[in-house]
Amino acid sequence: MYAPRLRAVTALPLLGVALLLALLVALRFGSVAVDTGALFDGLDGYLFGGQDSSLPATLLALRVPRALTAMAVGGLLALSGALLQALLRNALADPYVLGVSGGASCAAMLAIAAGLSALAVSLCAAAGALLALCLLFLLAHRALFARDAALDVGRDSAILLTGVMIAALCGAVLSMVLVLAPDGKLRTMVFWLLGDLGGATSPGAAALALTGWGALTAVAMRDARALNLMLGGDLQAYTQGVATTQVRRRLITVTAIATGIAVALAGAVGFIGFVAPHLVRQFVGANQRVVLPAATLLGAILVLLADTMGRSIAAPLQLPVGALTALVGVPVFLWQLQRP
Amino acid sequence: MNAPLLVCRDLDVRVGERSLVRSLQLQVAPGERWAVVGPNGAGKTTLLHVLAGVRPAQGGTVELAGQILGRWSVEHLAGLRALVTDRWIDPFATSVLETVMAARFRMRGALRGRAGADRHARALAMECLVAMDCKELAGRDVRYLSRGERQRVALAAALAQETPLVLLDEPISHQDPRHQSQVLWQLQLRRERTYVGVLHDINAAARFATHALLLCGDGRWQAGPSSEVLCGASLSPLFGTEILEARVGAHRVFVSNGGAPI
Repeated sequence: MYAPRLRAVTALPLLGVALLLALLVALRFGSVAVDTGALFDGLDGYLFGGQDSSLPATLLALRVPRALTAMAVGGLLALSGALLQALLRNALADPYVLGVSGGASCAAMLAIAAGLSALAVSLCAAAGALLALCLLFLLAHRALFARDAALDVGRDSAILLTGVMIAALCGAVLSMVLVLAPDGKLRTMVFWLLGDLGGATSPGAAALALTGWGALTAVAMRDARALNLMLGGDLQAYTQGVATTQVRRRLITVTAIATGIAVALAGAVGFIGFVAPHLVRQFVGANQRVVLPAATLLGAILVLLADTMGRSIAAPLQLPVGALTALVGVPVFLWQLQRP
Repeated sequence: MNAPLLVCRDLDVRVGERSLVRSLQLQVAPGERWAVVGPNGAGKTTLLHVLAGVRPAQGGTVELAGQILGRWSVEHLAGLRALVTDRWIDPFATSVLETVMAARFRMRGALRGRAGADRHARALAMECLVAMDCKELAGRDVRYLSRGERQRVALAAALAQETPLVLLDEPISHQDPRHQSQVLWQLQLRRERTYVGVLHDINAAARFATHALLLCGDGRWQAGPSSEVLCGASLSPLFGTEILEARVGAHRVFVSNGGAPI
């Protein structure tokens, strides 16, 4: 008998509550812990007081934008991972597989090497992501835009292979930049490449990221039912009434924008986009109407917790979030894989 | 006579340099059951895809329900014809019932917010599964079905799509004798539906089809009532081996004489 282990009505509220708890943990802990009562007093001051210079309020001014950015980054990465795994019908796909993050990384490294400001580096990363996407659309033109639904065979692998090639090319450029970069800038570069939320201090950027997360999730959700059918192949989906070419184009654009925003804000945080959809499917099945929101919530939780750990365990040193996502994620994933 | 449901005019189908069907003229009236018969690689599936509107023709036109195929929207088309393929892709775990209910995608807007809609869809899906002898499979994971079972689930999904035209690509290729008759019988029972099906089993075709279309693979074709078109004289040259015709009770039966190819 087949039935999901958790139904949507249980899973989604559960993840929502978990996200709120993770947010509370992220605001409480760090190099200095704040107890919950003081946290809420400080929150009051942070949101409405303006002039509050108490310790909790000061910490919150640092932690709130960072926590919100972490949430959005995790949510965006998990969303694009879930979409790509479904679109390419490949459980190994992740947001970086199409070369979008490679393009972002290349551009960001060049910007750092040129000594640009942090904001400019973020903008360059976003531009790099967009450039890589354009390259993908250009090179995988036939597979992405062909109107012929019967051409199912080889379409996914054509898109996947083109993406992997773009990623490989970006990887080569990246190594060149790293080798040629002055020693003084290497540390910044490595942190960026690992994925680091240290630069996420702007409330404006956090708000923008949250808005992007919400909007992109909403766009993806509109196509969730169509995506369910496309899992069974374009031919079948098309005859059942799905405009497969348009849906694929729309959703690949969503994943690219989501990855672009995430990478611009936090660098190349690995593993979340791969593992969140996987874990979610283990519990709720393959129905994308549940998988997409659940995966994006889980991604937000995971990055939030990983970043909190990064700030706390070696304080006052800060570990980059990207170094911790896999460190925490791999054992969880392997444990899950062992279950009958 | 009713207006034809499906009309092909001067239809050309080519794959690369190979001309599979040349200048096909076909009129399929509502309620007719057509068998498409021909040797391997003759273009039967390709033609079916052209008729389904998932592949462009190289010449001529296909009209479905009075309008050129390409002018129907994808969504509207899904209400006019269903396609049962014999290639299934099931990458992730899904239940059989969900797979069948998903075929009703085009109805999602019209039924939104109506309390009984989901219950109705579920009941209809179950009904189609029962017709295809898949009642016990409803809760199973599609990935772990046998090919025969998976094929019947695909047929149930096509019935649940509730279209006047159903295109079948070797619908009984994986069925045991009992299920072969049951599947074809259940399709025949739905007299309001029109079928165009690729069938390899000539005997099944002779029993099921009211009409037949023979494809030679080199552009030539022959179409007509199955009693006229399906006969030893036309099938032997078509397949390049001697095919004998006999009568067993009320049935016409075809056997290959098993000798060397002619």
